[in-house]
Amino acid sequence: MAEYIIKNGFVFDPVQGIKGDKSDVAIKDGKIVKDSEISKSAKVIDAAGKTVMAGAVEIHAHIAGPKVNLGRIYRPEDKLFTCTATKGMERTGSGNSIPSTFKTGYEYAKMGYTTAMEAAMPPLFSRHVHEEIRDTPIIDEGAFPVFGNNWFVMEYLKNNEVENTAAYIAWLLRATKGYAVKVVNPGGTEAWGWGLNCLSIHDPVPYFDITPAEIVKGLIEANEYLGLPHSMHIHPNNLGNPGCYQTTLDTLNLADGFKAKNKFGREQVMHITHMQFHSYGGENWGNFESKATEIMNYVNSHKNLTMDTGNVTLDETTTMTADGPFEHHLTGLNHLKWANCDVELETAAGVVPYIYSPDIKVCAIQWSIGLELALLAKDPMRCFITTDHPNAGPFTRYPRVFKWLMSQKARDERLNTFKNADKVIGASTLSSLDREITLYELAQMTRAGPAKSLGLVSMCGGLKPGMDADVAVYDFNPDKPLANPEMIETAFSRAAYVFKSGVQVVTHGDIVSTGNKRTLWVDAKVKDNPQVMRDIREKFLKYYSVTQANYEALGHHFIPNPYALEVDATQV
Amino acid sequence: MTKTVTDVVCPFCGTLCDDLEVSVTDDGKQILDVYNACAIGAEKFLHSQAKDRITRPRLQQPDGTWKEISYEEAADYTAKMLAGAKKPLMYGWSSTNCEAQSMGHEIAEMCCACVDNTAAVCHGTTLIAVQDIGLPTCTLGEVKNRADTIIFWGCNPCHAHPRHMSRYSIFPRGFFTGKGHKSRKLVVVDPRVTDTAKMADMHLQVTQGQDYELLNAFRVAFRNEWLPDVVAGIPKEKIIEAANIMKAGRFGIIFFGMGVTQSLGKNHNIDEAIAVTKDLNEYTKFSIMPMRGHYNVTGSGEVLAWQFGYPYSVDLTRGFPRYNPGDTSSIDLLTRGEIDAAFVIGSDPGAHFPISAVKQIAKVNSVCIDPHITPTSGVSKLHVPVAFVGVETGGNAYRMDNVPIDCRKVVDPPAGMLTDEEFLTMVRDRVKKLKGVA
Repeated sequence: MAEYIIKNGFVFDPVQGIKGDKSDVAIKDGKIVKDSEISKSAKVIDAAGKTVMAGAVEIHAHIAGPKVNLGRIYRPEDKLFTCTATKGMERTGSGNSIPSTFKTGYEYAKMGYTTAMEAAMPPLFSRHVHEEIRDTPIIDEGAFPVFGNNWFVMEYLKNNEVENTAAYIAWLLRATKGYAVKVVNPGGTEAWGWGLNCLSIHDPVPYFDITPAEIVKGLIEANEYLGLPHSMHIHPNNLGNPGCYQTTLDTLNLADGFKAKNKFGREQVMHITHMQFHSYGGENWGNFESKATEIMNYVNSHKNLTMDTGNVTLDETTTMTADGPFEHHLTGLNHLKWANCDVELETAAGVVPYIYSPDIKVCAIQWSIGLELALLAKDPMRCFITTDHPNAGPFTRYPRVFKWLMSQKARDERLNTFKNADKVIGASTLSSLDREITLYELAQMTRAGPAKSLGLVSMCGGLKPGMDADVAVYDFNPDKPLANPEMIETAFSRAAYVFKSGVQVVTHGDIVSTGNKRTLWVDAKVKDNPQVMRDIREKFLKYYSVTQANYEALGHHFIPNPYALEVDATQV
Repeated sequence: MTKTVTDVVCPFCGTLCDDLEVSVTDDGKQILDVYNACAIGAEKFLHSQAKDRITRPRLQQPDGTWKEISYEEAADYTAKMLAGAKKPLMYGWSSTNCEAQSMGHEIAEMCCACVDNTAAVCHGTTLIAVQDIGLPTCTLGEVKNRADTIIFWGCNPCHAHPRHMSRYSIFPRGFFTGKGHKSRKLVVVDPRVTDTAKMADMHLQVTQGQDYELLNAFRVAFRNEWLPDVVAGIPKEKIIEAANIMKAGRFGIIFFGMGVTQSLGKNHNIDEAIAVTKDLNEYTKFSIMPMRGHYNVTGSGEVLAWQFGYPYSVDLTRGFPRYNPGDTSSIDLLTRGEIDAAFVIGSDPGAHFPISAVKQIAKVNSVCIDPHITPTSGVSKLHVPVAFVGVETGGNAYRMDNVPIDCRKVVDPPAGMLTDEEFLTMVRDRVKKLKGVA
């Protein structure tokens, strides 16, 4: 493999604590190495006057699978003026909020992202998810199977059977080639099977007679029993409703007393995703307000939590979630087309287009809350930037979110020109926040932080020798005074150079290689558990519509280049 | 002695049964019998064993006779035809696996082709309606475990999807439906007294072509508003009775077929059927699902959508995807005479398209990839027989509820025969050379 030395850039690497020092990054055999280890023939990349960071890590996005594709199928209008023609090795692309798989891979890479996690995989559809992942070039991807409404999980946890839950999780991760334990509206989505919901953590799930609180606690326990790389990753109950922050605080409180047990350097036991949607106060849309301060006070003081923001980008987008009842609620609010798919024994999903208009007060407050959360975070290693793509906005808007976070001028300009500026300003503390996220903090919030939370800290998110050579170089000179905040957005939209596992994949914003994409999954070994194996057999015989032998995602077509993180829980 | 292959997936209809058992000879070369399948599915496996099967590509000669050629020559012909054409059509895809579809799309992109699947003459109208109004649906296991109200509208699963009712919709005893068919109400809407209609608790014999009116009347009935005495041939009382059955159930579903998608009203019928479903979710839980025909037409729509953004009738002539059914759909392209090469795989337009469109296939350079001799292969210049997907090679397929199931290989194809994917890979490599793509 080619050797590279990226010379004289301003390096930002939280893993090594480098805060913008001018230094070199050397690449050999797909890994970062010490400068002394490469030969004289190494290709020199001149990064003078540029910013150098590790490849960014996306912790939560909906980029592959049945609901994403349902969005593509039912929204031809999303393609209008967004198609890109075949160009060199770049396949043709289409779509804005739900880009085609090829475009998804290219766009991430061009922004300097090299790893991304698909946030909700319905286990029965794992093959579909993996087929799309295979067709998403360049970036390493993993997918989180959903567990929060799974019949096995609810039946085991009702009887406090943590060991059985863990054995089932291990089996399902292997069958679906999944990466982590995802929970979406615990219990509520099963209730949606009957058109109902669980809006608080104590609402019992119909028939199963278990509460969301019990599901969440049980899954944290099972997750730590196994010692998985990532923690339980949750989208709490009651998303998106005025006053929902109370449910969120109740949910966060469930993690109290749990400590992370794993060999991957992860410290949290719960990751709360798209916190913006869960930080609402007020009783109705009229007195809707931000409760970001209350939420962040809690998160800041509890080290066993990580979170991502879910920033609203003020675009037309497509919402999609395994929170089936929420999407039904949303179509009632905006009267746009509603798609839903309930999945036997496991989960559901809904899709509704949404227009975050800057002229609508609630949308503008949602925008404020997303930024507030990030600006109120005391530990950038535990608060990550996402747009919950495509729910709060397309991932391609990350550079714009960075701009708002890094420049008070840019965000004040936006805030003060909203149609309902007075009401919006009054509903959150954003206008009083003068913090500007630094490049070092940005590297924490988009690289080192998410990598650590995912248990990938020894692999990616940093530039320490021995780590994968995922490197992004941006045309951004931190030494020069910032003339115009737009420069932030421009620089982070198109990286000057991107390396993925040591392969140069982007040069001056163009794709030059489709790299060596991998599918990340977690292979957890547990003690033989005949009871769980019997339960699985029985459920397939009686209740699934496919046979057990036809369930597993297996083989080259689905996972051409797997990378398994191994966990051994046989000695627990 | 014989061997039995279990958990075999049936590559015939969109029901995609995956519990077949096939007994094969000890050497694994010959299929002896097929268990659990319906008559159509069993025949698909058994007739692959025909001794007089075509096993090599055939090129039609000027005098109408056929000359056997090698796969290499066939791949050369196909690649030259596609690479040289101004506006080639690549149609079909519904009876092959996703691997082959994916490979075909790569070729289509390089050749700036129009790519279309059988939805264009089937559930394409459904897709247009979904683009208008959305789709509340579920997987078939949800129907098995929860549904107590089943509506078959303009479809006849007794004959078209023979195991649908026993596996998913009427007879199975699921988790919350322990009494099987006794716990389910069956309403059939069909102008004909079909075998499915004969089983129904209530058969609404709608006047042909007035499905929209009846669907609309249901929406009125749900709201207890005024109705005329008779709508679409159905007395008001019966409409109200049916509407009450739908509202009273705990979990209901509408399955619909070509009787509503391709009769008068087309996509508007489906718009209204989906609106009915949406309305019902205000009272109870309701879903709706198209009864997809070919075993992998759903998969073709999925692969097209994640690669190009649209589920059918994709036009790549400008180097990026465009979609405008009626303009970019196969029959329209053919009857307007815009196509200068036709490539057909995994379907039989010769048997199903209007004669004016079929004549166009016969007129231009054309390749038909199909294990059988069909009306399409008959009018094509080149016929490339291939292994049967799901019998002689595996590969992924999507059931009518979008659940992906990996088909199984049961026996080897006749010696020297290629699969769709293998043949398309040869074509892809040749097109790359012809186009000078790295």
